[in-house]
Amino acid sequence: MAFLNSRTREKIIKNIFFGIALACIVTLGLITLFLFMEGVPIFDLVSVKDFVFGMYWYPTSDPPDFGIFPLIVGSILVTILSATISIPLGVMSALYLAEIAKPKMREIVKPIVELIASLPSVVIGFFGMVIVAPFLQHVFDIPTGLNMFNAALMLAFMSIPTICSISEDAIYSVPTALREASLGLGATKLETIIRVILPASISGVSTAVILGMSRAIGETMVVLMVAGGAAALPHSLFDPVRPMPASIAAEMAEAPFRGDHYHALFATGVVLFIFTFFFNIIADMIAHKYKQTGDATL
Amino acid sequence: MKRFKLVAILVAALLCVAPMSAFAGKLVIKGSTTVLPIAQKVGEAFMKQNPDVELSISGGGSGNGIKAIIDGTTDIADASRFIKDKEVKLAIEKGSYPVPFRVAYDCIIPIVHPSNTVKDLSLDQLKGIYKGDIKNWKEVGGPDLKIVVVSRDTSSGTYEVWEGKVMNKERVAPSALIQASNGAVAQAVAGNKYAIGYIGLGYLNSEVKAVSANGVVGSKETTLNGAFPISRPLFMFTQGWPEGDTVNFLNFVLHPEKGQKLVEEAGYVPLY
Repeated sequence: MAFLNSRTREKIIKNIFFGIALACIVTLGLITLFLFMEGVPIFDLVSVKDFVFGMYWYPTSDPPDFGIFPLIVGSILVTILSATISIPLGVMSALYLAEIAKPKMREIVKPIVELIASLPSVVIGFFGMVIVAPFLQHVFDIPTGLNMFNAALMLAFMSIPTICSISEDAIYSVPTALREASLGLGATKLETIIRVILPASISGVSTAVILGMSRAIGETMVVLMVAGGAAALPHSLFDPVRPMPASIAAEMAEAPFRGDHYHALFATGVVLFIFTFFFNIIADMIAHKYKQTGDATL
Repeated sequence: MKRFKLVAILVAALLCVAPMSAFAGKLVIKGSTTVLPIAQKVGEAFMKQNPDVELSISGGGSGNGIKAIIDGTTDIADASRFIKDKEVKLAIEKGSYPVPFRVAYDCIIPIVHPSNTVKDLSLDQLKGIYKGDIKNWKEVGGPDLKIVVVSRDTSSGTYEVWEGKVMNKERVAPSALIQASNGAVAQAVAGNKYAIGYIGLGYLNSEVKAVSANGVVGSKETTLNGAFPISRPLFMFTQGWPEGDTVNFLNFVLHPEKGQKLVEEAGYVPLY
């Protein structure tokens, strides 16, 4: 490289990075295109309205029914339920780690949380299936432990480390000056955390929450193993549900290539994609709106 | 069943006369996803013994397989059902001659939790339970517990047999729990005293209790003699009388010590 002057070198490096980024974006774009190309043909057979709001999912019957409304409801309910468990726990443990815990404690606990985040979902699913399901069934005296509540618990268990670890980074990076100013004005530690630290880190925390939730809505293995898989609207917390990813995972292997069922599963994937897409847009909007620039905007 | 017997005799005759010789070539197998595990398991072992034969094995469904045989785009078609009259007509029109070989049986056993006192269910009772009409075990002579119905996802071959032999064109209630594999069904039923499920004979273990259907205990013997109602034969079709690699492969599949052993490993009932 010695024969190149620094400006040319700079240019080459810049172009290499640009090329890599471009390749990533093109690949993602093609995957999305493929998803839509494979999903859209089902709408020759059923209308979008019947597909999204149809109550019955019998893709292999004769005549078939392609209604994914119970699947969508299952996905949303499981995600909401798991969010109500995981958001308070995740954010509070992040606050504890960043603000309250002694440095030594933090050094031990943070890696453990990050380790839990890397547990393979199949392990968590298996745990939910053989340990939690019989336990729930025994404690609540319900017909089956494979239900919405179990799935939400397991998903919360998966998203808490994600939420905790990312929020902790956001909270930790709140400038010390803010803390000192608040304490200097005579606020207690709790007041400082609630009135100053949390608002100052809200952009990072909400990104963490949304990421945790999109992990929950797109998660496949756990819901396949513990949600019970009934394609019907649930009447209680302990009824089985069939979230969209579970349906795709269970049936994709045996759906004839480019058959109606195959297209229907891809169309389900499109719906799921739209959901996670909106999640990410919301996360982005929140992050922008509450973006912290210096100490002044608080 | 007469057709099946004829086929079996023909297969036996073929086994005697066909010389085992290795040809180099390519063999395409496609069709039923139910037969696919057999084709894959046997195919692997076959390729190990005949490294110069290149196998290409894929699923796609019985209908696709048989269509491919009629069109001559595959050497062997897997099918979890017999060829339909309509398909025979089409084949004759196109001048092709599909030949069936029975390669294994699929036998589905209803299972309950070991603590359940129910020993036998008629097909009508099974249908009632899976339709959601029978909701409590005491209605079929069991304990006073709600019935939790566990089923396979609608695209599985096991579900297809269940739908064909038990449900008789009716639908399994949407409130049924769905599990994605035989193992998961067994697991779910083993841990739940309310549950009923169904699995392939090969997946039966001591943690679940097999229920007889119409008074017949499901086993290899009752499947082979046709007494057990929830079973069906599985086929491989060839285009005309098989020759070369095709016949070698089928001989391998039907060999009691080679292919048929693997059929059992794949969770199906071997022919002998």
